[in-house]
Parts: sequence; C-alpha cells; structure tokens
Amino acid sequence: MAECHPVGFQWVTEAKKRGAKIIHIDPRFTRTSALADQHVSIRAGSDIALLGGIINYIIENEKYFEEYVLEYTNASTIIQSDFKDTEDIDGLFSGYNPELGAYDNESWGYRGIEEAAAAGARELSVNDQEHQISMHGGQGAAHKIGSQGKSLSDISIHSDRTLRDPMCVFQILRRHYSRYTPEMVERTTGIPQGAFLEICRAVTENSGKDRTTSWVYSVGWTHHSVGVQYIRGAAIIQLLLGNIGRPGGGILALRGHASIQGSTDIPTLYDILPGYLPMPSASMTAGLKGYLESLMAAKQKGFWANLDSYMVSFLKSYWGDAANPENDYCFSYLPKINGDHGTYRTVMDMMDGKVEGYMIFGENPAVGSANARMQRLALSKLKWLVVRDFNLIESATFWKDSPEIATTELETSDIATEVFFFPAASQAEKDGSFTQTQRMLQWHHKAVDPPGDCRSELHFFYQLGLKIKELLKDSKNPRDYPIRDLTWDYPTTKNGEPVAEAVLKEINGSHLAGEKKGKLLASYTEMKPDGSTSGGCWIYTGVFADGINHAAKRKPGQDQSWVAPDWGWVWPANRRILYNRASADPDGKPWSERKAYIWWDEAQAKWTGHDVPDFEPSKAPWYRPPDDAVGPDALAGNDPFIMQADGKGWLFAPAGIKDGPLPTHYEPQESPVTNALYAQQKNPARQVFKRSDNLSNPSAPAEGYEVYPYVFTTYRLTEHHTAGGMSRFLPYLSELQPEFFCEVSPELAAERNLRPGGWATIVTARTAIEARVLVTRRIKPLRIDGKIIHQIGLPYHWGVGNQALVAGDSANDLFGLTLDPNVHIQESKVSSCDIQPGRRPTGPELLNLVASYRRRAGITQDTGNELATNYEADK
Amino acid sequence: MSKTIVHLGLDPAKISGWDVAQPRMGFFTDTSLCIGCKACEVACKEWNEIPEDGLDWLGISYDNTGSLGASSWRHVAFIEQAVPGGRTDTPSSASALDGSDLRWLMSSDVCKHCTEAGCLDVCPTGSLFRTEFGTVVVQDDICNGCGYCVAACPFGVIERRTGSHGTKNVGLAQKCTLCYDRLVSGMTPACAQACPTESIQFGNLSELRSRARRRVEKLQLDGNRAARLYGDDPNDGIGGAGAMFLLLDQPEVYGLPPNPVVATRELGQMWKQAGIAALTFLIGAAAASIER
Ligand code: SF4
Repeated sequence: MAECHPVGFQWVTEAKKRGAKIIHIDPRFTRTSALADQHVSIRAGSDIALLGGIINYIIENEKYFEEYVLEYTNASTIIQSDFKDTEDIDGLFSGYNPELGAYDNESWGYRGIEEAAAAGARELSVNDQEHQISMHGGQGAAHKIGSQGKSLSDISIHSDRTLRDPMCVFQILRRHYSRYTPEMVERTTGIPQGAFLEICRAVTENSGKDRTTSWVYSVGWTHHSVGVQYIRGAAIIQLLLGNIGRPGGGILALRGHASIQGSTDIPTLYDILPGYLPMPSASMTAGLKGYLESLMAAKQKGFWANLDSYMVSFLKSYWGDAANPENDYCFSYLPKINGDHGTYRTVMDMMDGKVEGYMIFGENPAVGSANARMQRLALSKLKWLVVRDFNLIESATFWKDSPEIATTELETSDIATEVFFFPAASQAEKDGSFTQTQRMLQWHHKAVDPPGDCRSELHFFYQLGLKIKELLKDSKNPRDYPIRDLTWDYPTTKNGEPVAEAVLKEINGSHLAGEKKGKLLASYTEMKPDGSTSGGCWIYTGVFADGINHAAKRKPGQDQSWVAPDWGWVWPANRRILYNRASADPDGKPWSERKAYIWWDEAQAKWTGHDVPDFEPSKAPWYRPPDDAVGPDALAGNDPFIMQADGKGWLFAPAGIKDGPLPTHYEPQESPVTNALYAQQKNPARQVFKRSDNLSNPSAPAEGYEVYPYVFTTYRLTEHHTAGGMSRFLPYLSELQPEFFCEVSPELAAERNLRPGGWATIVTARTAIEARVLVTRRIKPLRIDGKIIHQIGLPYHWGVGNQALVAGDSANDLFGLTLDPNVHIQESKVSSCDIQPGRRPTGPELLNLVASYRRRAGITQDTGNELATNYEADK
Repeated sequence: MSKTIVHLGLDPAKISGWDVAQPRMGFFTDTSLCIGCKACEVACKEWNEIPEDGLDWLGISYDNTGSLGASSWRHVAFIEQAVPGGRTDTPSSASALDGSDLRWLMSSDVCKHCTEAGCLDVCPTGSLFRTEFGTVVVQDDICNGCGYCVAACPFGVIERRTGSHGTKNVGLAQKCTLCYDRLVSGMTPACAQACPTESIQFGNLSELRSRARRRVEKLQLDGNRAARLYGDDPNDGIGGAGAMFLLLDQPEVYGLPPNPVVATRELGQMWKQAGIAALTFLIGAAAASIER
C-alpha cells in the first residue's frame, strides 16, 4: 500500500501512531513492510491456503463473533442434501461438468428451493450468465437467488440455529477448511507456523464487540485464476469476526487508477449499464417487460424491486422525448450482447482478423496487459487504431519500434494499421469527478487550459458524437435511430468543451413532469417507472440534490463529524459504510460504546447515528415480514444485508460464483508446486485458451515443469504508474527508477550466478525478457512442502519503444492468458519461469531461445490446459 | 572576508543583522514515518525547476538519486540491512517469527541550514546569505561558481551544478533554499507540503525541537532504544541544525557524519591548507601551459 498508494498510506501511519497493529502479507518485503509491525512473506498464488487456515483457526478455536454470525450471516441455513464439498470429491464441488469445464450450481442452493420449484415457483436455474447484476462490476455476481437477483420469496429457508446440522452452512464451512491447519498453511504458503499463528491471534484478538479489523488489498489480489475467491476468502473471515458494516472493519480494495470505481459504476465494461443494470442480451426478445421480468421475481425481496424505475429513468436520460411508453422507452435501441466481449476475447478476435478498429484511452496494453506480445501482434492486424493519451505510448508506436519488429516477426511496411493519435488533457486541465474506492465522488476543477491540441475525454466524445449525428441525421436506416434520437446537447465553453457539471446533472437525473418538473432528483427513491423522471445512473442520484454539486464538497475534517459527510459525496445517498445496520446488535443497540455507529432510537422510532443508515429509517429491529411481503418489506428488522434476498451475509455463496460456493486452494495456471490439499491441481472452472500464441508452461507434477522452476510475480513501484504512460515520459519520475530490474534473493543469485547490477534473462513459454539484477534480502526463498522455492520480483512499468525517456522489456510479455471464470480477469500476479545470467539474445535468436525451452519442456497447446485433473486421469 | 561570530544557541538571523521579529524556521524530518515515496524529491524539483539528475540505475536498493547534490536537494536514502543483533523492535523491522531480521530504513536527507554555516562563511561574493528565517540561501545572480563553499560543507550538501551548456544555473553552487520564495509568501516548503506521512515537518524551529524530543521519547518508551535526534543540539559542531532528524540508529547507518564540525571553526588552519592548495594549483597550471 505504501508502494502503490502512498497518499492513502498516510492514514495507515496515522492509525499506527494511535496504536493500530499493521501486518503486511506479501511475497516481497516492500516499503509497506518497512513500516509494518510484521511482514509475512507468502508464496505468490497461495493466499487461499492462508485465508482458509485463518478460517479454520477461527472456527476450531471458537473465535467467531457468535451473535453476529448467527443473526447476520447464513451460517444456520441448510444447504441441499445432494451438495458435495471438495472434501468429498478431492477438490471438486458437486455439479462439475468436465465437458464444459463449468459447474451446474443447482446442488449448492438453499434447502427449500427444490420444494419451491416443485410447487411451480419460478425456476431458480443456473448458468444464466447474461442476466446477472453485480455490485462491483462484471459478471458472476449472485443472480436468481440472493444478491439483487431473483427473490427467495417462494422459498422457506430451512435453518438450524444450533449450527449443528451437518448440512448447515456453518458445518459445511468447518469441514471444508478442516485440513487447512497451521502445518498445511506452512507447507503450502511457506509461512512458518509461528508467524501464521501470530496473524491469527492478532486478527481475532482485535475483532469483536469492542474492536474491528480491516483487510486491505490492492487489485493484484484479484489477478489470479481464482481472483474472485481470494476476496470471498477475506469476506468469510470478516463475516465470522463481525467486521462488516462496522467502523474500522470491511475489506478495502485499493484500485489502480483514480477513478476505476467510477468506470465500473458508469461502466467501461461490456456487460453492464450504468448503476450495474445488466446489459440486455441478444436472446431477449420480449422487450423491456421481458428484460425486467427476467431480473425481478413477481415477489422480489429487497431493494432491487425498483429496477423498473431505474431502467426507465436511464432510458429517458439517453433518448429524452423520443423515449415513451409506446416504444418501450427505446429499449430496443440498447446494444445487445451475445457472449464474452471482454478485452482479452476482443484481442484474440483481433488476432483472428475479426476486428477492424480499436480505441485505446488512457491505457497502454502493448505494455500493461498480460501476454502483451499478443496485444501488439493483434494491433498490427487492425485497419485503424485510435490512441488518446498524454504521450506517444508504445501502443501507438508498436508498428515501428515493438520487440516484434526487432525479431522480424513484424515488418513496418507490412502493417496496414492506420494509427490516429489524439493528445489528451490531464486532470488539472479539465473539470470532472473521480470516484474512488469508497464509492466517493470527488470533483476536480480545471486549473489551466490544456496545451495545444490536447482535449478532455468529454470534448472528444461530445464532438465525435456531434459529427456522427450530423452524418446520420437523415438516415432512414433503423440501425442509426439510436444515434439520431440520442439527447446530445450539452452546453459548451471554450473550444467546444462541454460543461462537465451538466453531465453530472444528467447522471443525477431530474423530474420531467409534475410540479417538480425541471428540478434535479434528490434521491433514487424519487425515480418513477412511468417516464416522468430521468437519471443516467441511479446509484449516483443525489450527488446534485438541490442543485448543489456535492462531489465538490471539501469541508476540512476538523470542522465536521469524524464520519465527514461533507467531504465529497458517496453513493448511494452519501452513505459512508454499506450494510451499517450490522453496526448495531439485533435489538438495534450499538455492539459497544466504542464502536457505536448506527442505532435504533426508541423515542423517535427510527434509525439514527453517525452515518446515513443503510436501512429503512423506520423499520424497527423487531419487525418481521408477513409471508406475502415483497420488496424491502420482505426483509426483517434484523436483516442488515439488504441487497441480498435473504438479508444475510453469505459465508457460503449458493449462487452467483462460477467456481464454487467456498474458496478453495488451487495452484496457479503455472506452478512448480503440486497442490498439497487436493488431487485437483488448478481451478477446474478457470478460462483457458488453447492457442499457439498462448502456450503454457507445464505445472508440477506434470513432466517438464522443472524447465521453469521459479515463481515470479509482478508489481508496481511508487515511482511509476502502471505501464508508464504517465511516468516514463517525465524526467523527474524516470530518473527515480530508470531501468527495468528483477529482484532476486542472494540465494537465487548464487544458484544461478546472477551478478548484482548485471543482467538476467527471464524465460517463459511465451517469450524471454532481460532485466538488471537487484540482489536483495527483501526477497526470501521459501520452504514449500520440504522443497526450496525461489520467487522473482518484476516491476512492470517498462516497455520497448523509442518515445519514452526510459525503456525496457515488459514483464507482462512473460504472461499467458488464463482467466478467472467470474469476471474474466487475467492471472498476472504469478507464473513460473526460468532465469539465467546475462542479456537475452536479440533478433530472431530470441525466438530460437524461447522455442528451445518449449522443446525441452515438451510444450503443446494442451499443456497446462486440462481443467479437471481427476477426470483427465480417469480417461 | 569576515567570519560571522556565532554565539551558541543564539538566533543566526539576528546575528546576521536581521531586525525582524521572525522566529527561526526549519525542518524536522522524522525518518520513522518515511515510506520512501520520494514525493519530497519530486516536489522539490518541480517547485525549484531543478534539472533531471541523470537516468542512471544505481542498483543500490531503490535509491537512484545517490546523494544530495546541485540537482538533488532532497535525497531519500534506502538502507537495507540485517537488524543489528537480530533486534526486532524498531518500526522498520520484520517480525522474528517470520524468520526475518531485515530492516529497510528510509530517510529523506536535506541541507542542514547550520547555525554555523561553513558555506556561508567562506563565500567570497556574498552570494550565500542568511535569511530572516535563519536559513542559508544561494543567490544565483551573485554566485560566481568559485566552489569554495563545496569544500566548506561538513555534510557534502552544496555542489556546483554540472551539465551541458544551457542547463539552468550550470556552474553555480546549488542547494536547498528551504523554499525561501515560498516562505516569504507564508507557504510551506514544497517537500514538506508533499510528504504524505508527515515525515517532513516544517515550522518554528524551537517548536519543532520540542516536538522532536517528545517523539523520540515516545519511540524509546515503545522499545526503540536506538532512536535519537540528529542536529538538534546547539552545542554540536555546527551550532545546531536548522533541519534536524529523528533517526532510528547511528547517523553513520544513514551515511551522515556522526560529529559534523564546521570547518571555519579552524579558519586559520583552513586558510593555510587553502594556500597550499592554491600553490599546487598554480604549479599545475604552469606545467599545463608549458606542455602547450
Ligand atoms: S515525501 Fe515524506 S514519506 Fe515520501 S520519501 Fe519524502 S520524506 Fe519520505
């Protein structure tokens, strides 16, 4: 965190000054470790073994927050009797389909579902991936049952409040992690038992009624073929310890860019619309009504019952007067998806000649994406490419200076891609907002005009839109109507720059009819499904309430309460902590004076406290819903997790996650270590791509894995920003870290004759790169299952090109593409490799070196890509 | 040239003839809070328009600045080493349970703005002067680049800027000004403003000194027995620094001289040395012209 989020880290140093204990878990000893009370070195890719070990410790030593677990989580819920755990099938859950490499999750459901289905209730089927909504972007969130999906209304949940039923969640959890003992944690992660127990003690002693612990991760934690399950692991720990919905608790995701949260809320993702409304799919033919019905049960519980209002308001913000009840509010104008259109899928389609044009904004995939080599080769197959950036980044100049030109795989004269470069304005040169990880919108004001031809994104999109609209204005082709009818009329200032606040107002939404006509909406609860309101993103409604840009609020901390409601604006409804009903006990009283946050005020008969309650204001703690209740009314007064249809925090995820209801330790796609816990080596549901441009190293125990005996991980340094577009072109940053280097332990340096300050060549099945050698005791060899495993650290900021002040090989060239099945994120924080002293060969010789390694390891397109280890063995 | 007579513990600005009620200002750099982000280095360069100081990878931990110099007025040192005696109680140490005895000390070094400043004492042009804030500043338009100050600094802070023709202030003596131009406008120096963790604190020197003493006491109570202040003592060889430090170990560990003494305390001795050096230089020059 000190490395990549130094500004945020000030609060950690502040907490430390006040007595907080800081534990840092990372393969390397970093700037964060230097300030932490304890650094724990872990083998990259083994985190679920550690998290599972902590869960096992909590349960076996009865350290869980009993009342919280019983009342606020699904611990007591009974799961279907045909559910089988990984303990029963050696690393697989029930429902695995070896042909599809995917799970049918029917058996993971709550008991009672089968009865409901038999009674003719709406089917709670599986794998309906087009109809999911997720709070945090992408596919894979719970659907159909629970999180914002279909209701549990027709199901009577069976539970055992003694937590003894062998099929209750608590007992399943206990059995699932029973072998994640301190010995097993040490064998798998390399963390000595003493250090492991120290973490367990620290975390449990600092949790309970009077204390809370938070887990903080940076997005590298998600860059694994089991990435979603890492986060689930932390969520289970936090639910067991009662650390969700309470001050000082939570799981804090530190994101890689200033507004990545904003770019999922108002998404740059292909499968969701603003506010996490799912993108309609091509298979939906029943219009808006069909779309809404597919997402909401007739008796929807919880807050997704108002989805129709959010969707219609959204359509009105796009198509204004053209959207009316007769034409389904222009629902048919929305694009439809029919499969995976994610970034890696698109690049592979590019490779295969299926993509003509591509736009790159504020990204440098030629350096920053996994299998960056494939990215560059793919760009060379385009007809045209638009790059908007501050500088001529490698993604804009690949056609003349990429490594593939050097190897003669590409010839500049053969590349037909026409590249258009648009210089971009920086954040100080434009108005706008960032949405950071706390869901907080913060406004930034323009300080100076952008220089020369540099323009803001708003300017680019607005002017481009105007030009396209002009071209299509007389079109009689229905496919052009969505653009013809689009509302596109922002006020502009100098040089045609749209007024950014006008856009925020449109996002906020307003009344289109009635006595408040023309007024901005104060809250999403004002949205109507009848076309009388508009709003571009329902969760952002209220940011411009009363005509005030609340995102621009900057009242100093000392002038307001410690929750600081007047610093920026947090969606939804300026609520700083989600699910904060859980900060009070079932009777609505604070768990303790020290951790008081939200409570039930008897006298006023409403919820009150330091933050905006995340609960219906006047629903008493003892309210119990009648059987026929729908919407928010169907949640009880002690159900804090109001976006889940059962109102509970999910220790066990009965739906919504494609690779299992509980996190399970699997080895990475490429690993020199055999899975010590299960015969199943890797995540059986991960997404693999068997292609000649995406070969994999063999993993233990398969033959040939010793050719790539080391583990490497990649990361950022404080001095640079991601793929370098914002830092390698600046002298003051470039001079601080001018060259690509690898970090190795003295032991590995001795084993491979790596000279401090010299060069090393690092090889995988994809390519070989070179780096300067930094020998440091901050990297330690680990003892894994009796064997010494060396790890290599690679910062990934450099790329090959002639424009930046400093250049170098890109660590991301080393990775192949293997994805998590839930959100299609790449495994780019761990792989295996070899390392040799000296510089890599240049020109075609480089290809020969890589090929000779592949031959020695016996690599084919199938290598490493078998999904279910057991099924393969049986064949 | 006259040597400034400094009375220990007195206000150097007053002694230099400033007649304003301006307390002495300075830095307190608390290295126990430093995260090595180098924001101080960058902010300093941005504000003072200092040229880039070489794109060389040094291979010394994460330090590619190397040292303070004419074009690096803040320098963050990175010291990776085993905890002496396997001690694990400094904030920068890993846990013994981890089997690790490693520590990574980071500290942002800067000009000390000495009470008895050697550079200022030897400056023949008056380019170096004592400001009303008690700080020591070079005036670029007066400096003739003689370089006497370079040898006179016991910390090796001040240097003549090298670089190609056209580089800003090339050939002139350059060092931290404690952002004199910001101070006169009531602003905080750029480094202290940028530091995210308050490792660099700016303020009234006597207040900083008491804050520093409280902090070091607390750290010692918490078990950091090696924690100490550096440059806080008006009785030391430079009459106390205007930029003091909280260190977690001996100054040598950070590359700082343990007992810096201003060379001009031995002024007579020094001029003798300088005379010999000048003579040697003349002979050298003569030899060079013969060769022509
Ligand atoms: S800005 Fe502060 S924390 Fe960062 S390196 Fe400088 S002194 Fe250390």
